This record gives sequence, C-alpha cells and structure tokens, in this order.
Amino acid sequence: MDESVEETGRRAIYVIAAHPNLRESRINRRLLAAAREVPDVDLNDLYASSPDYDFDVPREQARAEAAQLLVLLHPIQWYSMPALMKLWLDDVLAYGWAYGGGTALKGKDLWLVATTGGSQASYHPQGYNRYFFDAFLPPYEQTAALCGMRFLPPMLMHGARSASEDDVALHVATFRERLLTYPEWPEMDGVLDCPTCEVPAFDRPGAKAWDAAGQRPGSKDT
Amino acid sequence: MEHAPAWLTNSLIYLSAAVIVVPLSRALGLGSIIGYLAAGIAIGPWGLGLVTNVEDILHFAEFGVVLMLFLVGLELEPKRLWSLRRPIFGWGSVQVLGCAAVLFIAALVAGASWQVSLVAALGLALSSTAIALQVLGERNLLPTSAGQAGFSILLFQDVAAIPILALLPLLAGISEADRAGDGWLLDALKIVGVVAGIILGGRLVIRPLLRWIAKSRTPEIFTAASLLLVVAIAALMQLVGLSMALGAFLAGVLLAESEYRRELETDIEPFKGLLLGLFFIAVGMSIDFGVILRSPGLMAAIVIGLLLLKGVVIYAVAVRMGLPAQDRPVFTLLLAQGGEFAFVVFQAAAGSRVLTPELASLLIGAVAISMLISPLVLVAIDRLLLPRYAADQKTQLKELSEPQSAPIIIAGFGRYGQIIGRLLSAQGLKATVLDHDADMIEAARSFGYKVYYGDASRLDLLRTAGAATAKVLVVAVDDTQQSLAIVSLAQQHFPQLEIVARARDVTHWNELRDLGVTRVERELFESSLRSGRTVLEVLGYAPNEARRQAMRFRRHNIALFETMYPHHKDRAKVIAVIKRGRAQLEGQMARERAEHQEQLQRSRSATGWEE
Repeated sequence: MDESVEETGRRAIYVIAAHPNLRESRINRRLLAAAREVPDVDLNDLYASSPDYDFDVPREQARAEAAQLLVLLHPIQWYSMPALMKLWLDDVLAYGWAYGGGTALKGKDLWLVATTGGSQASYHPQGYNRYFFDAFLPPYEQTAALCGMRFLPPMLMHGARSASEDDVALHVATFRERLLTYPEWPEMDGVLDCPTCEVPAFDRPGAKAWDAAGQRPGSKDT
Repeated sequence: MEHAPAWLTNSLIYLSAAVIVVPLSRALGLGSIIGYLAAGIAIGPWGLGLVTNVEDILHFAEFGVVLMLFLVGLELEPKRLWSLRRPIFGWGSVQVLGCAAVLFIAALVAGASWQVSLVAALGLALSSTAIALQVLGERNLLPTSAGQAGFSILLFQDVAAIPILALLPLLAGISEADRAGDGWLLDALKIVGVVAGIILGGRLVIRPLLRWIAKSRTPEIFTAASLLLVVAIAALMQLVGLSMALGAFLAGVLLAESEYRRELETDIEPFKGLLLGLFFIAVGMSIDFGVILRSPGLMAAIVIGLLLLKGVVIYAVAVRMGLPAQDRPVFTLLLAQGGEFAFVVFQAAAGSRVLTPELASLLIGAVAISMLISPLVLVAIDRLLLPRYAADQKTQLKELSEPQSAPIIIAGFGRYGQIIGRLLSAQGLKATVLDHDADMIEAARSFGYKVYYGDASRLDLLRTAGAATAKVLVVAVDDTQQSLAIVSLAQQHFPQLEIVARARDVTHWNELRDLGVTRVERELFESSLRSGRTVLEVLGYAPNEARRQAMRFRRHNIALFETMYPHHKDRAKVIAVIKRGRAQLEGQMARERAEHQEQLQRSRSATGWEE
C-alpha cells in the first residue's frame, strides 16, 4: 500500500486530533481546519467521532496502516495527551500488530503537534513547571520507537492562550506548509533512523497476535 | 328547475365574490381587507345589488370580531394582561376622551346641537378592532411596542363602548333616563356576576370539560366544543348587555395557559378568518352611496375632518408614549379610522331618536369610508416609508446574529419524549410539546411541563406550534403510522427542520430511513444493551470489560443495520444478511475467547504482563 501512494509522489497522512472542547480552542481548532483543507490527509477528530470512548479498532488500524505519517494533534494536558488520545493508542496500537512481533507501523513517521497553556519560560527548572518541556517527551519518543517509527521533531506552541494573533497565524501556516510538503522538510536532515526495539522473548506473553483487550506496553509491573 | 334555498345562493355570492376579488387585491399589493371591502361594494345594494339584507349579514359577521378577540385572548396570558393594565386604562382613556373632546368641539363649531355632537364624537372616537388587529397581525407587529400600545387602546375601546351605549337613553330624554336609573344596580350586579362566572368557570369547569371531550378522540366534536364555548360566552355577555367581543377575549385569556390552547387556536382560526372576511364584505355593502351622492361635500368634510382631528390627537399620544418614530404613522392611521362599534352606536342613537336617520346613515357612511380609506393610505405609507423600513430591518438582522435559544418541537410526550424533554429542560432549553393523550397531558402538567393537546400529524397544528421557525422536530409518538405521517408532513412543509425520530421496530426504522431520516434510534436498543452489560457483570465480568463487549456488539449491530437497509424490501436477503452478520460476530468472538484462553495458559507458564 505504501508503494502505491509513493507512486503518486505524495505520501498519505493520518492526523489524529484530540481536544475535549474544540469550541473553546484557539489554536487546535484552526490547525484542524487547516489540515482539513490539505488533500491526501485523512483526519480523525477523536472527541467528535468517538464521544462514547469506543473505537472500531480494525478500521483505525487500517487507516493508520494506509498512512506514511501519523500526526498526533492535541493540547498538552497534565504534561501528557488528552484521555481519548491515550485510549486510541491503548486500543489501536495493539500487541502483535504495532509491536511485540507486529510491524504494521514500521518505517512510518510519528509527528507530535501540541500546544501548551504555560509559556516557554515556565518549562524551566526555575519556572512553575519545573522541567524543560523535553522532559515530557520520552513517552512519545519511546512509543514511536517500540513501533519502529521515526519520531519527527515536534511542532510546539507554548503560551497558547496569550500568543499574539500573528504568532498563531504563522504557526497555523507553518503546520499547513509541513503537511503539504511532507516529507521534504528542512529539519529532516537531523532526524535519525529509529532504533530497533525488539520485545525480548521472556517479556512476551504469547507468540500469537491478539487484541489489545488487556496487554499494553509499560504495564510490566505486576 | 327547483328554486335554490337562500343560504345556498348567498353562500355562492359571498364566496365567489371573496374568491375572485381578494386574491386580486393581494396581487395588486393592496392587502386582503381592501379586497373584502371592494367585494362587498360590488355585490351590495349600490353595486350589482345581489344582496339586500345587509344589516343581518353585518350582525352575523360581527361574530368574526368576537372569534378574533377570543384568539387574541388565547395569546395573552393573565400575567401579561395584568402588566398591560396601565396602557389599557391610561392611554386608552386618553385616546378615547381626547379624540371625543376634539371631535365634540369641532361638531359644536360646525353648528350641531350638543347632544348630537356628543354622540357623534363618542361614536367616532372608537376605531376598528377588526381592521387594526388584522393589519397588525398580517405585518407581525403585534409583539412590537406599537402593536401592544394599539392593542391596549383597542381593548379599552371595547370596554368604553358599553357606557357609551348606556348614555344614549340619557341623552334622548330625562324621563327615559329616570326609568333606566332603577335598573342600574341590577345591571351592574349582573355584569359582575357574569364576569366572575366566566373567570371561575374558565378555571374550574371549561378545562376539565375540554379534557373530557379530548378523551373521546373525536376531532370534530372538539371543534364543535371550541365554537360552542365562544358562542355560549358571547350569548351570556349579550344577555347582560356587555360586549360579546370582550367576553370572548376574557375567556381566551383564561384559556391561554391551558394545554388546549394550540388546539383551540387551530380549530377557531378558519372560522374567524371566514367570518371576519364576511364582516369586511358586509361593511363594504353597508356603505350608503345614496347619502354620499346627495351631499358629497359634507361627507368628504366629515371623513377628512375625522381622520385629521383623530390623527393629530393620536399622534400626540404616540409621541407621549414614546413610540419609535417609524411606528407612529401606522399606529396613528389604524386608530384614526372609524370602527365597527360606531355602526352599533349610531344605529342605536337613531333608534332612540338622538340622531335623525339621515344623519345616522351619513355618519355610518363616513365611518365605512374611513375604514375603506385607511388600508389604502396604509399602502401609501408603506411605499413612502419603504427606505425607513429597510433601514429598520437591518438593525433587526443584527440582533438575530446574537445567540438564541434553538426552538424545538417534541411530538409525543410519553415515556420516550419525556426523557428527551427533561434532558433539554435541564439544559435550559425550551421545547414546544404536543401530545394527543388527554390523561398523559394532565399527568405531565401536574409535574410542571408545558404540554399542548393536539395531533401532530395535522399540518395546521404543527404550524401553530412554530414548525416554520423551529430547528429540531423530535418525533417520539408511539404509533408508527402517525410517526411516518408527521415526518412526511414536516419534510414537505418545513424542510429546514432537523428530524430526530424514535423507531418502534426494524420495519419502522427502515421506513423512516426510506423517508430520508437518518437520526433514528431504535427505542429499546440502548436500554437492552445496558441490561446485557449488567448480566455480564453479574456473571463476573469486570465492569469495564462488560462495557467494552457491549459497545462492540452495539457497533457491530449498527453496522449490520446499515448493510441490511438497502435490501430491506427483500425478506430472504435480509434474513441471509442477519444470519451472516450473526455468524461473523459469533465466530469472531469465539476465536478471541479461544485465543484468550490460550494466552492465559501460556502466561501462567511464562513471565506474565498483568498478573
């Protein structure tokens, strides 16, 4: 499937967006609208399409498989992603399909596009958020790595509520530009290929692929 | 050939005159009232002479005015009427007394005796409720400040007509006045008694009675009861010498809060329309062109003098009331014309010899002509003030862009509709609720819901409920045929409505889809799923797992319905699709269960993830 898309010279993009209350959003709503305008972009506004917290897993897996670039678009909440996006990862990136023997997403790219309420200055050991923002990224990076995906440099906008109109417009325009020109991005040169993360045999509950009904990465504590 | 009965020929004449002339008049942009008046002139003694018993017709048609006031009353809840008491009695008396005083002086100056001047002035000070309300209604001006002010004053005039009529014997001679003196107290008592009776009866008797009739489920009897109600009240008022229109209005106000308001409105409306049309025709017929031809100068002087003098007084009142400048011309004109009460006053005055018959018919002619002229002048005002109206509309559009409560209609307020209604009202959203089960309405009302009695598959009732402006129509009735009828009706006449429908069963679901309704819920589906979940929990499934499985089943089932839909007319195919679908789901789940078992065993031997 990848190859057929490559032949057209463009690679399909799947934007997975999560914002619990888009009506009150200032930036995410505009990013979402911009993504809708770009051809070859499949888009899922999770809180609109699955308000009952229930996914059609096979269908979502097919959509993810059809794309070369997966975009996670959301505001940062409690230093992480909104609950429904986490559930999407939990349910869709199933053991045996995305990792632990499964290679459905191998070789694809994962790109985080996020906004924070706190300013850039607040993400500093002396700021009220006490850590540089990079400190909150490892879960994303490692999620990509475990699935064999490249983690592209995130596109962040800090201080979302206080950003000037010009800054927001520029941010939205850049996002649109990136979607249109993927994968010809200036920052691609610095991106390393993803390290291989095989789940060792003793950490595998079973050899066969099975549904995400229970097992998730990171839940190794007994 | 047999001789056709009088009622048949008369109906033929009136109906064909109206059907021919009124649409013509509307097409010319003159409005329906001028059309009726013109039709009346055409068939009257001075036109083709087809009808001669003008007075009888006029009396009969006056009932149209009574019905109209009943309908106006239905729109006016007691609370709102109470808040109008100041404009009614304050501005009403200012208008009537002010106009009468000016006209009285003018008549004296013109050389009439004081008795004649007084009767003429009081009679001419009144305005035409029929024309004014019809015009205000047609232009949707009733809710505006000018409309409310005009309505208040007209209401006062209805009250004022009674003492004016009572005054006539006094003016006719002292001896007669003495005789009338004894009856005054008794009359007053009678009046108080009847009004109190209507108020109490409206509360205690009429509503239960209507409920009882509604239960019998014979629509034509409900219509008959509606008419009977108005006729009975009118007769009662007539008996004690009060204005029939006033009594009907009072009854309307008392029923304004009742669940039968919409149904009454819908039932009475066509009768009111026809009778009011007949009334206007009768006014047209009663214009005595003989008097006009004999003294055209005097007639012109009376009409112009009447309109000018009243106009000045009323315009001054409008300014003092603080009405917006663009509303003042219409307001002034509507009240400046003479009214149907003048006919009654002048006829009575001629009867008690206060006025000579000649003078009475001259004055009646003047009033009729003023009623004919004013709609014409109104057209002229419209044309001249068109730019101003346009400017006014712009500001109105701006207001509309403000957030508004979305109007919702719920048809059927049984167990299904009630839950929807309660969810909405918890959000502060108001819905117009229709149901045709009298017992249900009573129960829902006792819990404080505003429910109207009526069959939502009737176009006129849907319209009265506001279907033309509503955004959402919830079809929650339990009868599938009725549900489909409502949906087709709504789609045909109110295409802007978003329909949310309750499906009784699969057949009904398919039929609704055939009509193009996509927001359909099977009435038992979601609650059955919840029970299924509960069973799984009782069997030891973790609640979250039970939920996941139920959601999964739900998704699968909904998809199955969609694949089944295109074949729903082919029974064999439907059965095949269902069987295949069920086999698929069961097979899939069985596979998963097997895998899960296998996994549990392996994880017991290997290092587990979750244990």
